[in-house]
Amino acid sequence: MYLLFRNLAVAALTLSMAPSTAPSQASSQSKSEKNVLRVCADPNNLPFSNERRQGFENRIAELLARDLHAKLEYTWWAQRRGFVRNTLKAHSCDVIMGVPTGLGMVLPSSPYYRSTYVFVTRRDGHINPRSFDDPVLRRVRVGVQLIGDDGANTPPAHALSNRGIIYNVKGYAVYGIARGDIDVAVAWGPMAGYWAKRSRVPLKLVPVQPQIDLPILPFVFDIGLGVRHGESAFRASLDSVLVRRRPEIQRILDEYGVPQLKVGSPTEASTS
Amino acid sequence: MNRGQEAAPLVVANTMYVVTAYPNYLYALDLTKPGAPAKWTFKPSPKAASQGVACCDVVNRGVVFTDGKLVFNTLDGETIAVDSKTGKSVWRTQVTDINRGETLTMAPLVAKNKVYVGVSGSEFGIRGRLTALNLSDGKVAWRAYHTGPDADVLIGSRFKPYYPAEKGTDLGVKSWPGDAWKIGGGGVWGWISFDPALNLIYYGTANPGPWNADQRPGDNKWTAGIFARDADTGEAVWFVQTSPHDLFDYDSVNELVLLDVQIGGQVRKVLVRPERNGFLYVIDRQTGQILSADPFGPITSYTGFDLKAGRPIPNPAKHPETGKIVREICPAAPGMKDWQPSAFSPRTGLLYIPHQLLCMDEENVEANYIAGTPYVGMTAKMYAAPQEGGYRGEFLAWDIVNRRPAWQIKEDLPVWSGALVTAGDVAFYGTMYGWFKGVEARSGKLLW
Repeated sequence: MYLLFRNLAVAALTLSMAPSTAPSQASSQSKSEKNVLRVCADPNNLPFSNERRQGFENRIAELLARDLHAKLEYTWWAQRRGFVRNTLKAHSCDVIMGVPTGLGMVLPSSPYYRSTYVFVTRRDGHINPRSFDDPVLRRVRVGVQLIGDDGANTPPAHALSNRGIIYNVKGYAVYGIARGDIDVAVAWGPMAGYWAKRSRVPLKLVPVQPQIDLPILPFVFDIGLGVRHGESAFRASLDSVLVRRRPEIQRILDEYGVPQLKVGSPTEASTS
Repeated sequence: MNRGQEAAPLVVANTMYVVTAYPNYLYALDLTKPGAPAKWTFKPSPKAASQGVACCDVVNRGVVFTDGKLVFNTLDGETIAVDSKTGKSVWRTQVTDINRGETLTMAPLVAKNKVYVGVSGSEFGIRGRLTALNLSDGKVAWRAYHTGPDADVLIGSRFKPYYPAEKGTDLGVKSWPGDAWKIGGGGVWGWISFDPALNLIYYGTANPGPWNADQRPGDNKWTAGIFARDADTGEAVWFVQTSPHDLFDYDSVNELVLLDVQIGGQVRKVLVRPERNGFLYVIDRQTGQILSADPFGPITSYTGFDLKAGRPIPNPAKHPETGKIVREICPAAPGMKDWQPSAFSPRTGLLYIPHQLLCMDEENVEANYIAGTPYVGMTAKMYAAPQEGGYRGEFLAWDIVNRRPAWQIKEDLPVWSGALVTAGDVAFYGTMYGWFKGVEARSGKLLW
C-alpha cells in the first residue's frame, strides 16, 4: 500500500511540472501520437450533450480542447447502465464531461459546479413548496424524473416515498408543468434550469430542503470531470484547465441556466 | 465476437444456424464441409443506439426454424423471418421501440402459425407485453399487455386463476398506485412453452419497474409471474405470481418444463419451473394450482411458501430501505437460477438445473449517474451463499417426484450455461472457467 501511494505521488508531481497538455502516459497505448481530447458523451441528452454539440458539456469540452491545443473527438453512447464500462473503461475515450465527484467508477476531477434538485412551479401559481416536509406536497400532483436503475430512483422519488407521498407522484418531463399535467416538479438543477428558460409559462425554481435527507440521501451534488482510475496525471492537467478557465465555464453554465449552489451559502441558488 | 453468447445453435439438414449477440448476425454453416464454411450470412443492421438501451448485455437467446424459415429477433426490436435456403429476408416487423427503452433479446417461439415475441427493458419504464405475429406475413395478430385494464391483458371469461389474489377485475390497474401501471415493466425475455394438446402457451413476466418498491405499493400485477394463454387468441387462462410486489429483481422468466408425472398415485400434467426466487414450482398446467414449491438452494428473502395462498411469504427483515444496509439477501438479484435452461430426462426422472448460489448485501450509498442526472445508486454486493461453503454455483439433479436433490456438483462460479441430457444417460454443462463437462446422469460422476 505504502509503495503504491508513493509511486502515484511521484507520478503526479512529475506531470504537474511538465507543461501539461497530453493525456496521461497510462493510456498512451490507446491514443495516437497526435494531441487529441477524446470525450465520452451521450448523443441525445440536452442540456448536457448531443451529437450536434449543442449541450453545455459540449461547449466546455471545446473550451478544454482549445486550452490543451488538442483536437476534440467524441465517442457517443447513451448514458445508461454500462456507459462507463463501454466507453471510458473500454479505452475508446478518455474523459466524461460531467460526473458526480462521488462516482466510484471513475477518478473525478475537482468539481466545476455544484447544483441541487429543485422544486419547479408556475411563477403565477400559489403552490410554493420549500421542503419535502411541506404538507402541500400531499395535496398536489408531483412529478419526478423517470430515471434510475435496480430499484433506485432519483433522490426526490425516495424522499417522497419515505414520507408516504406516493399516490400523487408521477413520472414526467419538466414541461408537464406548463401543460398543466402536474403542479410541482422535482428535478435535477441543470435539467430544470434549461427547460425553464425555454418554457412559454414562466417557471420558478427553488432548491429543495433539506439538502440531505438523513441518513444518506443527498440532493446536492458536486459535478466534475471523470477519467480512468490511475490516470491522476491526466486529471491534474484537466484540473489546471478548470482553474484557468473558471470564468468562461461559469459563463457557459449561466447561459444554460444551471442553478448553482455556492460553497458557503448553501441555501441560495442562482436560478436566473 | 466478444459478447455474451446465450443462443443455442440449431442443426437442420446438415446446416448449423446460429445467431450472435449484437449486431445479431445470422450464420448458416455447412456442416458437410471441413471447417463448416458459411453458406450465407444475414446481417440485419440493428441500430447501434440499441446497445446503450439494453440493460445488461447485448445478448440474443436464439433463432427458431420452421417450415423453411428461420425466425429471430434483433436487439433494436425487429422480428425477422429469413428463407433458410437463400438467406434473404421474407418479412421484417418492428415489434419494440428503443426510444421507449425497449429492446429484444429473447428467442421467439413458433406454434400454430404464430410467432410469439416479448420485450426487454423493465428497468426503463416500459409496458411489458407479448406480441403474436402471423408466421406467414409477420403482421401483428394480437398483443397481450402485462399491466393495465383486463381488456389490454386479454383477460376475459376464460380466465380462471386458482388463487384469490389473482381474482377480480382490472387488477393490472388496481394493484398499482395511480397510473404507475403505464410504465410498470413486466417484459418478457425468457422462454415460452407450448402444449399442443391443451392448446396453451406458457411464459413468465419480468420484474416490475421502474420505481423503487416503496413507490409502487401493491402486488404490481401482472409482473413477475407465469401466464397460461390460448395459443390462437392469446386469451389468458390462468396466472401465478411468483414474486408479488417484487423487491429483488426476481424476473419470472425462466423456462417452463412441461411434464406428465405420477404425483400422489395419479398422472398429473404439470409444468416445472426452477424459479429465480429460489423455489422449484410444480404447477398443474391445466388449472394453475401449485402442487409443490420447494427451495432448491438457500433462501432468506422469503421465510417460506404459503401453498394455500399460492405465494412465497416475504421476510420483512430483508426489505431494502434507503440508508439501511440489508445483509445476506438470498438469492441475489440474478436469482437462484437465471435464463440458463435446465434439462429433463424421462429415463432418470431428474431435472438437471444449472444455477447460482449467490447472496447479496444491499445498500444505497454510492453516487450514480444516468442521463445526466445524479442519484444514489443501490449497490448490491454479491458473494457465495455462506450456507454453501464458498461455492457460487452448482449443477443440480432434482428428483421431481420425491421433491429433493438426487445429487449436486458444486462449482466455484455460477453455472451460467444451459444443460443437456441424453438417452445415453449423460448430462452436460459448461462452467465460467470455460470447461465443458459430461457427467453420469444417474450419479453425477464426472466422465470428462
